[in-house]
Amino acid sequence: MIKGKFIDNLPKVYGIYTGGFIGFIILMAIGEQMGMTAKAIGVAFVAFTIFIYALIGYLSRTAQADAYYVAGRQVPTVFNGMATAADWMSGASFVAMAGGIYFKGYGYMALLVGWTGGYILVATLLAPYLRKFGCYTVPDFIGTRYGGNLARLLAVIVLTVASFTYVTAQINATGTIAAVALDIDFKYAVYVGLISILLCSMLGGMRAVTWTQVAQYIVLIIAYLLPVFWISNKMGAGFFPHFMLADEVARIGELEQQFGFIKNSAADLATVPKGLAGITKAHAAVNATPWAFISLALAMMMGTASLPHVMMRYFTTPSVKAARKSVGWSLFFIFLLYSSAPMLATLSKLSLIDPTLSTGIIGKSFAEVQSIDWFQNWNQANLMFISDFNGNGTLELNEFFMGGKAVVLATPEIAGLPYVISGLVAAGGMAAAMSTADGLILAIANAISHDVYYKMIDPKAETAKRLLVARVLLVIIGFAGATIAAMEIQGILGSVIWAFDFAMSGLFFPLVLGVWWKRANREGAIAGMALGLASSIWYLVWVRTGGSGFLGLTQLTFGIFGAGVSLIAMVVVSLMTQEPDKATQKMVDEVRVPSGRTVTGK
Amino acid sequence: MSNAQKHWEKSRSLLWITLIIWAIFSMGIFLFGAEMNEVTGPFGYPWTYWFTCQGSLGIFVILIFWFANRQEKIDEEFGFNERGDD
Repeated sequence: MIKGKFIDNLPKVYGIYTGGFIGFIILMAIGEQMGMTAKAIGVAFVAFTIFIYALIGYLSRTAQADAYYVAGRQVPTVFNGMATAADWMSGASFVAMAGGIYFKGYGYMALLVGWTGGYILVATLLAPYLRKFGCYTVPDFIGTRYGGNLARLLAVIVLTVASFTYVTAQINATGTIAAVALDIDFKYAVYVGLISILLCSMLGGMRAVTWTQVAQYIVLIIAYLLPVFWISNKMGAGFFPHFMLADEVARIGELEQQFGFIKNSAADLATVPKGLAGITKAHAAVNATPWAFISLALAMMMGTASLPHVMMRYFTTPSVKAARKSVGWSLFFIFLLYSSAPMLATLSKLSLIDPTLSTGIIGKSFAEVQSIDWFQNWNQANLMFISDFNGNGTLELNEFFMGGKAVVLATPEIAGLPYVISGLVAAGGMAAAMSTADGLILAIANAISHDVYYKMIDPKAETAKRLLVARVLLVIIGFAGATIAAMEIQGILGSVIWAFDFAMSGLFFPLVLGVWWKRANREGAIAGMALGLASSIWYLVWVRTGGSGFLGLTQLTFGIFGAGVSLIAMVVVSLMTQEPDKATQKMVDEVRVPSGRTVTGK
Repeated sequence: MSNAQKHWEKSRSLLWITLIIWAIFSMGIFLFGAEMNEVTGPFGYPWTYWFTCQGSLGIFVILIFWFANRQEKIDEEFGFNERGDD
């Protein structure tokens, strides 16, 4: 059936894979009709998909440095786009994004704009040039462009701080889903998640991660879109929700007027379980100041262009031209999910609060709501809560609380979809969190093995030894991440946003100016990275410990301050010290020309 | 001016055009978020709401492909095009 080179057969291979996955969904649906329990379906979905990823990971094993670090630089644009989309869309995008929109409305939408707009910066300022450079890792670019071990080491440090903050959130997400789907304790589920993640990346490095990420993208996009379309059709809201939910959005606005946003007293709120929230913000009204919105969007955009696990995906394309196009495809595949999240939030909210719908619970009596099956399930899972604050016996809008994750995880059940969809959603969430975790762990391990071990400690190391070190680091970093995830310090989304701020503080300007400003030199880059990261950490600690902050920069947008410091430090120090030597300037000229061999000569 | 320098000049002006469009749809329009939301826009959604859900996001996708094509044309013009891939 499959002849010739694997790369030439990609559409066929993934076509068969997608068909097989849809077949599996149908099989599970039949199983459900024949009396398969909800738990068995959940386990089957999660276990089956993980098994497939592990199989792909095993088949992609390699002993070559080029394949391990950059997938042999032969990943076609569209497939690299899918892999990047999976790499990019984390457990947070999948599980928490619709919930964030549901609860916070407009103020939260800045993240959607930021997490997509950032790709313009990637496509125009960085990806094609870094591809031309021909490096293995992002610190490899910094180290070669500016020269010297200190610059390289600082880049590794910024990368590690940012990516590690991010990866604990992902392992946490895999743990949460594994805990629910497999019905095991979270403390152990975290390690189940970790082992699945390592199975995908350990043997084949970037090559294995690329092909599993494509497979994971297919699972996660089916798992996200199918319920959105199904629910919309079932509610009669429109067969293509993206273009047809204007009436529903308006109806939510009406209901909000009718119910009003009643503020709960602090004593009442203290009885609500941690992590759950009520609807306190208007769904589609503008509820944030322009600067609050713009600063959050800007921070996320600059962070996007500084996160090494995304950037390194564009090192795997066959050419500079392909790298540019591939950014476009990445954003297209991301757009498919991001544009659906607000639709899901709308459908979810309306089905819960509209008293004229059979699924609506606001205005019903407490006894009635408490007798609903799905309410009992999600109440037990600690994701839903009701309390009769005013003692009138009927549920009011301000008496209903839900966890952010419930919007994605519980809406199919609330809308009365078969359980097979809930199983599918669990598999999708797992795919999203695993693919991002894989990319991040690989980015850290590759930077340490390539830039610290090979380039600084033992430049004569043989390939076999280098790849062994890379794999050992992968396992160590994974376990460190899982151990911290098991302690549950920050919510999934909080730590994700911090990662963007750290990355932009330390890396944005050293990367961009490395290509766009020939005069930028080693001393400037060192100052930019060190002061940028240090000032951002200082600002975060200051704001977290009760500091007032300035310019309206919060603990979500502190990266703007860090990046500002980084820019000033880099420009001032560069101008005060000698301009880079002729060889470096020639290197920059070469980076700017798209054709020809890579700068590093590989 | 050498060929490479001319190529870089042209690439740089394309960059600026792209970044200006980017800045308008990622930040500029949201200066008027509250006012814009009063007006009904595409598919019956309020304008600001539509931009945050679909509009800006979709424009970014189109913008990248447009930029990539323009840049390829510039590369070809100066003989820097690459062969054997797509």
